[in-house]
Amino acid sequence: MRRDEGTTRRDFLRTCITGTAVLSVSSGGALLDAAEQTSALAKSKVVVARDPVLRGAASTVDSQRVLKLLDQAMQTLFGADHPAESWKKMVRPGERVGLKVNALGGRAFSSNLQLVEAICERLQEAGIKARDIIIFDRDTEELERSGFHISTEGNRIQCFGTDQLGYEDDLVTYGSVGSRLSKILSRNCDVLINLPVLKDHDGAGVSMALKNMYGVIHNPNKYHPNGCNPYIADVNMLPDIRTKMRLTICDATTATYEGGPGYKPQYSWKNNALIVSPDPVALDYVGWQMIERKRAEKGLKTLEAEKRAPLYIATAADAQHRLGTNDPKRIAVVEV
Amino acid sequence: MTGGRSTVRSICSVAFCVALLASGACSRRQQDPAAAFPASNDVAGWTRTSNVRTFEAADLWKYIDGEVEKYLKAGVQRGSTADYKFQNKVEAVVDIYTMSNADGAAQVFNSEPPGDAKPVQLGDAARLFSQSLVFRKGRYLVRIVAYEESPAAPQAFLALGRGIGQQLGE
Repeated sequence: MRRDEGTTRRDFLRTCITGTAVLSVSSGGALLDAAEQTSALAKSKVVVARDPVLRGAASTVDSQRVLKLLDQAMQTLFGADHPAESWKKMVRPGERVGLKVNALGGRAFSSNLQLVEAICERLQEAGIKARDIIIFDRDTEELERSGFHISTEGNRIQCFGTDQLGYEDDLVTYGSVGSRLSKILSRNCDVLINLPVLKDHDGAGVSMALKNMYGVIHNPNKYHPNGCNPYIADVNMLPDIRTKMRLTICDATTATYEGGPGYKPQYSWKNNALIVSPDPVALDYVGWQMIERKRAEKGLKTLEAEKRAPLYIATAADAQHRLGTNDPKRIAVVEV
Repeated sequence: MTGGRSTVRSICSVAFCVALLASGACSRRQQDPAAAFPASNDVAGWTRTSNVRTFEAADLWKYIDGEVEKYLKAGVQRGSTADYKFQNKVEAVVDIYTMSNADGAAQVFNSEPPGDAKPVQLGDAARLFSQSLVFRKGRYLVRIVAYEESPAAPQAFLALGRGIGQQLGE
């Protein structure tokens, strides 16, 4: 793993306090603008970008519109005038960038293909070589079933599951968890961009940024009791996850408010949105509220009333974890 | 008289054996949910586009992730799934969950809000939505989910569901 020696402990602590530790620890100066901005405001910025006609007349999202929506979100997040400018604050040429998608929901409910293509396009414009981009999840067959084209060789963008490379032999531990990490994350990525889907989750309450990291460990099935709490927060404390994850781009183009994490179209809605933030805790909090609003609109009880409030979000923000903030007063939600 | 009794005894024995065999065949059919997935064109317009994949209870999380807890609590034994296509237009996934008993299937079915489902006559209870069909029959819970909405989908789901229901045969 390549580290940036330019990042000081003071930077790290400062960004910990403002809830963006994952942003700067491995990235150093290139990302300090965003960290400084967050620090000055003492708030975590979460951008919610919407396009009501993202799909036009079709049921699938329009590639050009999703690219524009991504640009809007990224430029708002980084205060940039041009798309490339925002991505250059995120990544630097020579870095190997992992895109952790969520392919569990099959073709209808996995990280949107057009969105992933748009991200790859912008990463390359920011100077990342195609071969240094790797799209991954747990299982190659799952990726294929979700519509991803598998690619493991040459100078093309790579796309395959952890089943191809396997998991590290050694356990890494934090708190209540002990897991073997995907070798794709531990050996093939310097930077992790998290691409979850906005979902209701029967066990955890909701599933977005933090929960998506269950897809980089060998034993996620062990961590579902007690609403996945404190397991989700603990998994996100594992060093390779905590230090490499710089950004979450949550695919909220289609979302579920009930019956998750599997795809139940009867409990889903075309939300036509992206939620973007370097703070995975703040993002999960904002996404949770979005799901609660939809539940209320549909006449369903709150997740708390159903005894499945996502308590792991508060755990991720607590003094032991400091993975971000769940305090609404310290979250700046910017709708574009 | 003795000959008559013997004939009656023989008929009874044969009938008993036939009943036993039938019961065995039925039991085998129930134990293998993969056999309940209709082959291409068994149901008009429907083509099966993948093999049946089966996940035993201990591995079911690999297919349905965190939702597995609900199924485990309800006594799931295994889940099987296959992809289908209707008239080359509607793509769908069919899941059949085998529970320990009918109460388990009812437990999962009843945990899901009916929403704007249309009640339909299928199995022990069924809900038809614009993009999916869920029904239970005995210890089986069946879910058909389409990737996209289509005007033809609901009726096509019903036909496929009835085909599956007949194979489950309880």
